Amino acid sequence: MRARLILAALLGFLLANRCFGQELTPPRQAIAGNPLSFSTTGSGSATFYLFGPGSAVKQDVHLGQSIEVRAEDVVTAGRYTAIVCSDTCHAEHFFVAAGAPASMSFLAHPSRAMVKQNDSISGVAFPFDKYENLILSPVNVNFEMTANKNSLFSRAIPTRQGVAWFRTNSGNTAGLVLLSASVNGISTQRALQLVASDPCNLRIKAQQTAKGVLVETEPIHDCAGNIVPDGTIVTFTANSGAGRSTVDAPIKQGVARANLTPAGSTTISAASGVVMGNELRMDVRR
Amino acid sequence: MKIIIPVAILVVTIALLVAGGLSPSQVGIAVGEGVGTTFTGASTGGTIPEQMVNVFLQNVQRRNWDGAYAYLATQNKADEASFVRELGGRDASLRTFSTLSSWDLKPLRANDSEAEIRTTFRWSTPVGVMASVRDLKVVNENNAWKIVWPQPQLADVPAQVVPVNYLRWDLVAHAGQEWGNSGVDGPRVRIVSMNAVAYNGGSVIMGEALNEDTVPAFVNVNASLMGKDGKPIGEESSFDKILHVLLPKQVTPYRIDFPNVDIQTVKNVQMDIKTTLVPASADPVIGVMNQSIDTDAIGRKVLKGQLLNQSGQIVNVSHVIATFYDTDGKVIWVSDGYVDSALYPQTPETFSVEVPSTVAGSAHNYHVVVNQYSLERS
Repeated sequence: MRARLILAALLGFLLANRCFGQELTPPRQAIAGNPLSFSTTGSGSATFYLFGPGSAVKQDVHLGQSIEVRAEDVVTAGRYTAIVCSDTCHAEHFFVAAGAPASMSFLAHPSRAMVKQNDSISGVAFPFDKYENLILSPVNVNFEMTANKNSLFSRAIPTRQGVAWFRTNSGNTAGLVLLSASVNGISTQRALQLVASDPCNLRIKAQQTAKGVLVETEPIHDCAGNIVPDGTIVTFTANSGAGRSTVDAPIKQGVARANLTPAGSTTISAASGVVMGNELRMDVRR
Repeated sequence: MKIIIPVAILVVTIALLVAGGLSPSQVGIAVGEGVGTTFTGASTGGTIPEQMVNVFLQNVQRRNWDGAYAYLATQNKADEASFVRELGGRDASLRTFSTLSSWDLKPLRANDSEAEIRTTFRWSTPVGVMASVRDLKVVNENNAWKIVWPQPQLADVPAQVVPVNYLRWDLVAHAGQEWGNSGVDGPRVRIVSMNAVAYNGGSVIMGEALNEDTVPAFVNVNASLMGKDGKPIGEESSFDKILHVLLPKQVTPYRIDFPNVDIQTVKNVQMDIKTTLVPASADPVIGVMNQSIDTDAIGRKVLKGQLLNQSGQIVNVSHVIATFYDTDGKVIWVSDGYVDSALYPQTPETFSVEVPSTVAGSAHNYHVVVNQYSLERS
């Protein structure tokens, strides 16, 4: 008997809740910065709460009418919770997505790269809407690398989870390279410096002077023909009966030179970093 | 009780005065007032020539140049200005910041008229104690012992114009706040070799690093020694035993000392190289000439040679770092030493760095680099 009474009360409560209780339906698609409208069921006055990553709103509403939320209250994308309370409270969760691309962060690496290196240049782009929300839905980003207005690389890459990236080889010619990323007419540019690689075919020549021996390199290039930057150190070494002499000389206008003071039968060599040059043998008379 | 303390103080004071008057201290004879004094045998310790050299050195220690100069023999005598420049330094060289802290005297030979004393000078400098050895000839001149101090061969640079047009790298800070556009990458520097050896009961980590980039780098190398249980047992940096500013494609040796860590307790070594982009200049170029491994006056193996400043600017302090390789090209030792004279343009200056006897035998090759400090640039 008692069980039947409890069952009848429960059924009555559920039926009353169904017929007279509030129900809240969030919009199917919510975009950051756009006004939202929630439909409700039920009757009477209630209090509406909305809170999410960037805002919290409280409104007095009437059940059975739609609830309007201003655009400025939902400018941050993310997961929101809407609650309507009269006698009881009813909650719904929904997501606000980012709007159309309005800006982009573009990270290019490195700022300096040697020529002829595989996969040495990379770029990462993050598209954002006008409220700085990362756009998580796929967007095509156009990457382009140019040198002297010649395109070295161009590719459209869709974002995945808000990120698009590429990796490419450095070119053969040293100089300034511009990397750009664009989406929906928004473009961001970065400048990279392609620099000469290690010296190639380092060759020296020497001549005896009043002060000793003047040794100098031929113009120093890398294996792609780029001139090695001034300031790069070339180490000259002379081995003779007077002992060993070494000079770390910087390249100046493509050529490194040094004065050495050997005596007698002398072997002169040069090296730059891990690259060795040719050897000269001469008999120095002082 | 009132009287006891003053009386005790009086007695102690009188005792100290008497003791001071009776004991012929070296200090009492030296300093300033000793100018031109004929040396007598009143000082303690050593022969009369040794005692005279002691007094001379005490004057040098106090930078009492007039007092010290008075102990020089008239024969082949250096002029006072050169004497002061030689011992006191000039042009902000390391010697100008140094003080003679102690010395050792070792008589080599002596007779009634002359003696020769090997003198080891120990100079206290901002970079540690530096020792130098000089054989002082002492002669008996009119019953007074004097030191023969010939005119030093000091650099005398003729007036000239030296064109200097080497590169300089400046850094420009980016003013923009945009993320991802904040600046340039740090320089790429790589450790190209590393060796760990036991030395005097401790451990030494050494090797070479190469600036592979096209920009100058400020470099520091750190090492952590891990014990057999995987825990760190020592962590040190290369401190001054490295060329800190590395120009593009320049190679520097580095040496890290762990004086208290036995190498047998080390399981592995973790190396870490820190690099920073810095403004730098390719000038001055310093040549290292006529290097050879030799034996010095006291029988030590040294690598000696000459530094030649090929620019037009005075280098105030120079620091020589030498790397020694075995027949396989492996780094087996890194030695360093400071030069206490300034480097004048186009003027050679001698240097020497000590080579441990264990290394001298197996060193097949060596490479010397020079750190420099110029007051005008600082």
